[in-house]
Amino acid sequence: MDISKSVMVFIEHNGEKIAEVSLELISEATKLAQKLNVSVTAVAMGYNIQSDLEMLGHYGCKKVYYLNDKRLKHFSSIPYAKNVCDVVGRFKPQIVLFGATVMGRDIAPRVASQLKCGLTADCTELKIGEHQMGKKLYKDTLLQIRPAFGGNIIATIVSPESVPSMATVREGVMKLGVADHSKAVKIEKLSCKLPDEDFMTEVLDIIREEKSVDLKGAQIIVSAGMGASDEQALGLVKYLASTLGGVVGGSRPVVDSGVLAKDHQVGQTGVTVRPNLYIACGISGQIQHRAGMSDAKRIVAINSDPNAPIFSIAHYGIVGDVNNIIPKMIKAYKEKV
Amino acid sequence: MSLKMIVTVKQVPDTHNIVGDAMKPDGTVNRAVLPTIFNPEDLNALEEALSIKETVGGSITVITMGPPKAVEVLKESLYRGADDVVLISDRKFAGADTLATSYALKCAIEKLGDYDLVLCGRQAIDGDTAQVGPQIAEKLGINQITGLVSVLAASKKSITIKRQVDDGFEIVRSKYPLLVTVNSTANEPRSPRAKRVMAYKNIDRKFCDESYVESYLGTDGAQPSPSILSHIREWNVESIGADALQCGLSGSPTKVKKVQNIVLTTSDVKQVPNTDVGISEFMRELMDEHIIG
Repeated sequence: MDISKSVMVFIEHNGEKIAEVSLELISEATKLAQKLNVSVTAVAMGYNIQSDLEMLGHYGCKKVYYLNDKRLKHFSSIPYAKNVCDVVGRFKPQIVLFGATVMGRDIAPRVASQLKCGLTADCTELKIGEHQMGKKLYKDTLLQIRPAFGGNIIATIVSPESVPSMATVREGVMKLGVADHSKAVKIEKLSCKLPDEDFMTEVLDIIREEKSVDLKGAQIIVSAGMGASDEQALGLVKYLASTLGGVVGGSRPVVDSGVLAKDHQVGQTGVTVRPNLYIACGISGQIQHRAGMSDAKRIVAINSDPNAPIFSIAHYGIVGDVNNIIPKMIKAYKEKV
Repeated sequence: MSLKMIVTVKQVPDTHNIVGDAMKPDGTVNRAVLPTIFNPEDLNALEEALSIKETVGGSITVITMGPPKAVEVLKESLYRGADDVVLISDRKFAGADTLATSYALKCAIEKLGDYDLVLCGRQAIDGDTAQVGPQIAEKLGINQITGLVSVLAASKKSITIKRQVDDGFEIVRSKYPLLVTVNSTANEPRSPRAKRVMAYKNIDRKFCDESYVESYLGTDGAQPSPSILSHIREWNVESIGADALQCGLSGSPTKVKKVQNIVLTTSDVKQVPNTDVGISEFMRELMDEHIIG
């Protein structure tokens, strides 16, 4: 293994805990690093968060560069971006990954701009491959795959001449590896030498809002589309979800119409889900929706239109009215349990 | 002094209503076949600037980079209350990624002179990157606050903002100069004003080279004169003093390797009859496979 090279992950910490996407990215970086025969490193900053960093090792991170400074307790664009630039400049990873979260999408562009690097936003898949440009063949290049154009196409982006290649990666898309508690991470402390003038944003208050539903971790999701958005049908969707021990999801139009909160939105602009069972009720299945749930183990589509696109990815299709079908499902389930 | 605001806007293909081949073989957008609209969150940025102007006072200059047709979004901005607008257009800008785009916009903003607040939409609906705003801020060497959902207080010295983050909101304050990106939930953009539409519907563009000195907004930061803007300024690579190599494709480290249409299909769809028996057997199957139970 070439220990001078690495795939580096920016670790997002909100002052309370490490963001799940950071662990997903360590897991993904481990796969990429194996192909490149390099190691996985990370950069983290905050105030007194060292004990939280230990878990990075469990997912395959070998070394984390850690900047501990009271001034870094709260996120601030300029200091965070400058610190990442400094670490990247000193330790020269060949790939740097950020979560495509509000924080990741705030600082990654600044870092890329300062380092004059390529940056691809909101990737849903990463691969290592080749790229031919003119007469030159670039090997071991990061292939950055993302939906574009409102989700109508999938584009593969490369930045072969950029060192490092940088990407932000969508939350919930990369699979979290299995934690191996015997693996440890080396924590290398660095000092934050930035002057106070760089801390230009004053944080006056932080308002945390609990998510009303955890779609990412759910094993059973029953989702409502516009064909199940009236009071009666939505009531049945919720009842089916609670009967099966699942949670309620929704398509973008249903969330936009206000009958379900934003946390419930499944799809490209919502949450990417991977449950054991996904029941799509009255969802036509626009590409934006399908891309966010096509990895479910079992997909059941209920729709009155037999030609609805949702049937193209379903394992089970039931053509008919949700108001008529869901009660039959609940009855059948209750009889058998 | 009054607040000098710059709003960056973009004319985008309406990605929610795509017909035909949206991409050229080289992987860039085939704008010619697509209906174009004012990027929605850029309208929110303009609205936010207009409401800050109403409370604090100041001037608003809207800039866009794009083909000559992009002048449409500048006219739309004038209809809604922008004081001045600039079109940045040159074939040398074609094929720009976010790095090359932010470089060109940075050059244009510096060409405009002093400013306090730059407002951008959070992201454009064609690329959905949300990268250009922060990259302009970095290139200008100024602070940024992303995800603005409301302005809680604004003065001539600083601004207090509520921003959306992943697990809620933050209330933050910053002095100028500052760049903010504005979310769609921040406001409801106003409609064009009939009087301004009448005044500006036939306004012409006028190409301005490097030597052109615009005096419209005055040099002392005073309120712009109430008189009507006589023409829309158009700048090219040379007029903004940009290095052509850092613009367009040549200034873009990211390259599109390939584009594919999304195909998501499973091999076998099992049709479940919509009958008591059919659904009962189907639920039994899910239970037998321990999918539910």
